[in-house]
Order: sequence, then C-alpha cells, then structure tokens
Amino acid sequence: MNKIFALAGVVIKELYRRKDFYVLFVLTALLTVAAGAVNFFHDDKIIRYVKDICLLLIWVSALVIAIVTTARQIPAEREARTIFPLLAKPVSRGQVIAGKFLGCWLATGVALLVFYFFFAIITGSREHIWPWAVYFQAAWMQWFMLAIVIALVVLGSIYFAAPSSTSTISFIVVVGILGIGSHLKIIALQQPEPMQFILTVIYFVMPHLEWFDLRDFVVYDQSLVSWPALIVATVYAAVWTGIFLLLAWLGFRRKNLTT
Amino acid sequence: MKISPLLALTALVAIAFTLASGLVTQADGWSRSTKSDNIFGMMFGDGRKLFANQFFTEADVYFHSGYYPSIFDRSGRDSEITETSHGHTDSPDDEIKEDFFGRTKDWVDAFGRNFRVTKHTHLESGNEREILPWLRLAADLDPQKTETYTVGAFFLWDHLHKSGEAEAFLREGLRNNPDNCEILFALGRLYNESTHDTVRARNVWELGVKKFLLLPPDEQKENKIVFDELSVNLARLEDQAGNYGAAINWFHAAQKVSPDPGALQQQIDVIQKKLDALIHVAPQKLY
Repeated sequence: MNKIFALAGVVIKELYRRKDFYVLFVLTALLTVAAGAVNFFHDDKIIRYVKDICLLLIWVSALVIAIVTTARQIPAEREARTIFPLLAKPVSRGQVIAGKFLGCWLATGVALLVFYFFFAIITGSREHIWPWAVYFQAAWMQWFMLAIVIALVVLGSIYFAAPSSTSTISFIVVVGILGIGSHLKIIALQQPEPMQFILTVIYFVMPHLEWFDLRDFVVYDQSLVSWPALIVATVYAAVWTGIFLLLAWLGFRRKNLTT
Repeated sequence: MKISPLLALTALVAIAFTLASGLVTQADGWSRSTKSDNIFGMMFGDGRKLFANQFFTEADVYFHSGYYPSIFDRSGRDSEITETSHGHTDSPDDEIKEDFFGRTKDWVDAFGRNFRVTKHTHLESGNEREILPWLRLAADLDPQKTETYTVGAFFLWDHLHKSGEAEAFLREGLRNNPDNCEILFALGRLYNESTHDTVRARNVWELGVKKFLLLPPDEQKENKIVFDELSVNLARLEDQAGNYGAAINWFHAAQKVSPDPGALQQQIDVIQKKLDALIHVAPQKLY
C-alpha cells in the first residue's frame, strides 16, 4: 500500500507543478466574477445564474484536469522509459495502475476542494447563506463521478496509442453519457430493431454518470438528496471504478512496454 | 540587428493603443449598424435567434427551479412564463399534463430520480427575479422576439413591483419593434394596473388597435388574441370611466375574434342596463 501512496504522491506533485490547474482556476474565477458583476434591471439580489455559470465552469475544469492529467500518466512513463526503473523497484504493474489512479483522483479532489471553496465564498457573499450540506453532497458526488472517469481514462491510456486520442475519446464518452445517459431508453424505444436492442443494452450496462450531477440542487436551492441514495451511488461509483481498473490491469500486465 | 525588449514592448503598446483608438469608433458603428441591430447580430447573424430561444427557455427552466422536460420528453406546449404573463394559472389537470416524468420506466430511471428535481414548483416571493438575466440576454440576442419584452415586463411589475424597469424594457422592445401591438398592449396594461394612469393606457391601447388594423389579413388572423385582449381591456376601461357606449362598441369589436363571444355578450348586457338606467334618470324638459 505504501508503494501505491508513493506513486500517488508523485502524481499529486506533478499536478501542482504543472500550470493546468492554475490556468483553469483563474479562468473560472475571472468568468464567475465578471458574470457576477453584471447588473440586470438594477437588482443586485439575482444570484442563480452566477451559481449556474460557476458550477458549469467547475465541472468543465474538473473534467479537463482529470482526463488530461490521467491520460498522459502511463504513456509519459513509457515514452521517457522511466517505467522500467519504476517496475524494477520492485513495484508490480497492478500497483502502478492503482498508484496512478489514486494520485489522479486525489489530485482532482484537492482541485475540487479549492473550486468549491471559491464557489462558496462567491455565492455566500451575495446570498449570505452557506448550505454546506448541499455543497458537500454536490462535491462528493462529483468527486466519485470523477473516480469513474479517471479509471476509464487509465483503461483508455493502456489501449489507445497516444494521450491525445485517449483524452478526446474519453471526453466524447463522458459528455455523451452526461448529456443523453438518462434519455437513452427513450431514444432506444424510437429506433427499429436491432438498434433498439443495442441501445437498450448500452443503457443498462453503461455507468450512469448523470446521476452524480447535483448542480440543479445547488443552483435552485433544493433540499438535500436522500443520504441512503447518496451512499448507494457512492458504492455504484466504486464498483464501476473497480471494473475499469481491473480491465486496465488485465491489459497492462500483458502489455509489451518496449514498443 | 538587436532590438531591446523594452523598446519592442513600448512599440507594441503604442501599436495596440493606436489600433484601439481607431477601432473604438468603428466598433461603435458595428453596434449601431441598421443591418444587424447590435454587436450580437454582427457576430452571430441570424444564428443568434437560436441562442435567444435557448435563453428564453432557460428562463422557463429557472421559473420551474430545474423541473423541466428535456428535448426528448418535450410536449411542444408554450413556455409557462408566457402563459403566466397572460394570466394563466395551473389547474390540477395542467399539473398532471406537466408531470413529464410519468411512471418510472425501470430501475435506472427510478434510482436516477433521486438526483433530479422531481417537484413541479414555480418561483415566488420575489425569487422570480432569477429568470431576468436570461430574458435580458434573449432580448439582446433577438430584439425582434417580442415575447421576451412582454414576459420580462410582466414579471418586473407584477411580481417584483419594478414598474420603472418594466416600462423601460417595454419601451426598448417598442423601439426595436415599433409596430408591435402585443408590446403596446403590455405597456397599456402596465399603465392601467401598475401606475393607474388610465389616460395613457387608453392612448397606448388605441394605438395598439390602430397598428393591428394596419396588419395584413394573414397576420391579423394570427394575432387575433392580441386584438381580443386590446378591445376587451379598452371596453373595461371605458366601462369604469362611465363611457358605456364606447365600452359596448369595444366589446362588440372583441366578439368578432373572441373564442367565447357569449361571455362578452353577458358583459354587454350588464353595461347596456347601466346605459338604459342612465337614460331613464336623464332630466326631462320642464316646459
């Protein structure tokens, strides 16, 4: 376990040494503050659009950080040939996968924490209320959604040729699931066979990332999501993360690293 | 040749300043361009109308606090902010129709509803202000979408008691759509119900009727509801002012386009009685 944490520590250090997070954070902060500075009909109590824009930027930024950071981990080690001394430590290939995943996940967790802290300050300064429990649920669910995404990208980085293709395909898949995941059954029912059958199967076997999007609850000041449902969703995320990491390990343990 | 970085920087700043001072006047011209109306028109062309519709829908989404059908389960009915601005309130039947979720389809759908807003509510207690940014953007993107002005103004004066802002918004709409009788109707309603300025309300509504009568027959057919609203409101105004004859005339005009002429006839009968009573008590000649 120590080896996994050591590997994870390296990934976290890499994140705060790179500029990605800072650029995205500054961009998010600037756009949110600019949006908040606009006055509509001389009413300074309007806030929900600012929350909406800020949360959208947080989601986009977190996805970019998670996918881009994860996609380059293993290909970069292979390209720089640092994978060989790493595996000679000795560290097993499974530990490399687990360490890389954990590092990326924790790093995005830290980034999310900063983003949500900023969000709470900005909205709290206008609304003068801090519904911490709702913020916690939203951040928690987003973090676990990112666990699935990171595991998916680790899997992709084993099979795809370059980090760019892994990132692009992962973005398309994730945005696709978030956009039409919950409607796929309705779309399937409007299709002729065999497309109807194929889409229905995809609907049931794909990870439902859209469940983890609680932005509406934050933006529209809704009550809390039931805690049992939150726990079940967390377990669901853990299961999917495990599946992707296992598939990644299965691919990586037989992979020829010299080519 | 070696150029000092400081010199290069100074030169770049000078070029940027020169270009900016030159472009400022042109940019001002872009936003006043008659062809594209504003900067959005210049940037997006007619594509901006798509964004405007999207922002108008977003206002409706906010009005429902996120309880809103997606494009996959949309019924094709009017946005509810528009219906509310025309005085419509939901009946229990409407509530059933608007339950677009329906029964759960499967376990994925059932569990997923834990993470979606599933309660049909409308913004109230001043929170209606949250829809305004989207209406403002919709108006900027498509100044010819008159619905944006009428709906925005309605929420501004009726729900948020900002009649000054409502009037300014409607006036802006009128500047962009000078012959629009729908905006004139909303403006008259604002004068009548908010500032109780019946004289201005009458003038604006009468102008609305004139504009309506100038429309081609096809457009008159499409906008007959506006004419109905204009003439009925003018009739009520005249009734309150004691001009019963004029009130009856306006009700008769409204009957030609109204979906329920019978109800209007009842109101005509009531006013007719008032008019008859007035004639009976009129002073008789003494010699």
